[in-house]
Amino acid sequence: MSTQPILNKKDSAQALDTACIRADFPILQRRFDGKPLIYLDNAASSQMPQPVIDRLVRYQREEHANVHRAVHHLSELATAAYEQARRTIMGFLNARDEREIIYTRGTTDSINLVMHGYGRAFIGAGDEIIISALEHHSNIVPWQMLCQEKNAKLRIIPMNDAGELLLDEYAALFNERTKFVALAHVSNALGTINPIREMIATAHKWNVPILIDGAQAAPHLPVDVQDLDCDFYAFSGHKMCGPTGVGILYGKAALLEKMQPYQGGGDMILSVTFEKTVYNTIPYKFEAGTPPIAAAIGLGAAIDYLIGLGIERIAAYETELLNYATAELSALKGITLIGTAKHKAAVLSFEIDGVHPHDVGTILNDEGVAIRAGHHCAQPVMKHFGVPATARASFAFYNTLAEIDALVEGIRKVQKMFA
Amino acid sequence: MHSKQLYQEVILDHNKKPRNFGALDDANRRAEGHNPLCGDHITLTLRVQDERIEAIAFQGVGCAICKASASMMTTNVKGKTVQEAELLVQEFRAMATGKLDTQTQPHHLGRLSVFDGIKDLPSRVKCAILPWHTLHAAFTAEAVASTEGDAEPMKSIVGNV
Repeated sequence: MSTQPILNKKDSAQALDTACIRADFPILQRRFDGKPLIYLDNAASSQMPQPVIDRLVRYQREEHANVHRAVHHLSELATAAYEQARRTIMGFLNARDEREIIYTRGTTDSINLVMHGYGRAFIGAGDEIIISALEHHSNIVPWQMLCQEKNAKLRIIPMNDAGELLLDEYAALFNERTKFVALAHVSNALGTINPIREMIATAHKWNVPILIDGAQAAPHLPVDVQDLDCDFYAFSGHKMCGPTGVGILYGKAALLEKMQPYQGGGDMILSVTFEKTVYNTIPYKFEAGTPPIAAAIGLGAAIDYLIGLGIERIAAYETELLNYATAELSALKGITLIGTAKHKAAVLSFEIDGVHPHDVGTILNDEGVAIRAGHHCAQPVMKHFGVPATARASFAFYNTLAEIDALVEGIRKVQKMFA
Repeated sequence: MHSKQLYQEVILDHNKKPRNFGALDDANRRAEGHNPLCGDHITLTLRVQDERIEAIAFQGVGCAICKASASMMTTNVKGKTVQEAELLVQEFRAMATGKLDTQTQPHHLGRLSVFDGIKDLPSRVKCAILPWHTLHAAFTAEAVASTEGDAEPMKSIVGNV
């Protein structure tokens, strides 16, 4: 299915060849109850192309050993591949230095690393941390925990009913007690792309470091950490065609150097005696224990794959998918879109009048259409819009306009069933 | 399984026109049920006299499965003794979790067996069970029933199923 040309634009030579791309993803060939899989849950997790699968297999078959330890061939091969992936990621983010790239278990782990390593060391009683109204729980709860421990205060950037942050109110939150900002680049529930460049500059006017949760942005938008000038940038491998169990924390070297370690263990030390341990240099100071070696190498391969397609082209194509889906759903009666920011990534949250999102999800599943129904780990966002949950379709570069047509057809069926 | 088999007329009808919807003024038992994962929330009010359910009503928001389950539960337990209702709680839970085959094993569920197909939709089992869980809570004087934590319906409450 869906092997017809997707883009009819004159510059289609420049555009993505979706049919060719889809052939790279074995899972997209699956059928359920005879119906082709239409996977529109990419904001939760994306699928893996064959080159990444092949890289994982090759690593396990030919290169696996522990890294940074032995002098034998395999350990050297594994270490070389692991560190090569780090350089790939450095290039992808345009970081200055590979020491600024830390492997973690995922975005949540990256944020917790900063909370422990920076927050617990440099934030104290009466200090304030700014987050926004559209954060994922993973960028709320760690800061709440820190506030409880340190008797610090959480301040929230409000948003309007389109799901856009109010920048004047953001600027007004700063004062001499403000010690940290943690902010999503793209909202997972609403799709809003926050103007983070400007918001980072605002924080820096107050000399406040800022962490960007890039879980929903890194797979879909070009990210240049030097241009953005963010202090920390966090994302996950599995949302960008890589494996689960690996994520990245980018941090400015100067900040990472003065932070305390997150976890203690092997590989994060230079020397250990019972009296004193000397910590390793960055990034290893933050990589205690045997890291997710295969997953890290897989993430490197996934990023190579995305770079091969072209992040700008991915972004342009996904914008086209979003615009088409937005227009099609808006044309239906009885549909409310949740999250109508001017600048959005390819996430479409919606409500069907009189039908709970979980019923929508179950019935669409019968049509082979996989969407997410729930609160998307963003309960404060749900509260803002006065809904317990939403249905959410989220697109990737391997989705097609024909798949959006199938989504719309499925929604019509739901409406008919509940009429 | 196909959800069409589950979303039968009877379930869609109870979702659209829930029976015993509201709150009793003269209730002597009350319990709340909450599924924080999807926001399903129901409040049950009952009038129990001499161990018999004289009246029952429910209120709340939820998906079609939860609402229909609550609606059909109220029509089924009204007039029954607490003991008979508790038996239905057990049987309904057993059916929804695939431990009771309504085709081959004896039960008292009657039309409630339209929910049989829920066992093939693990992510929706909680939706169907919530009202029953809440009913049990009303009998045992737990103020709030939840589908999460210690009150996880898949592993706790009402004895062995």
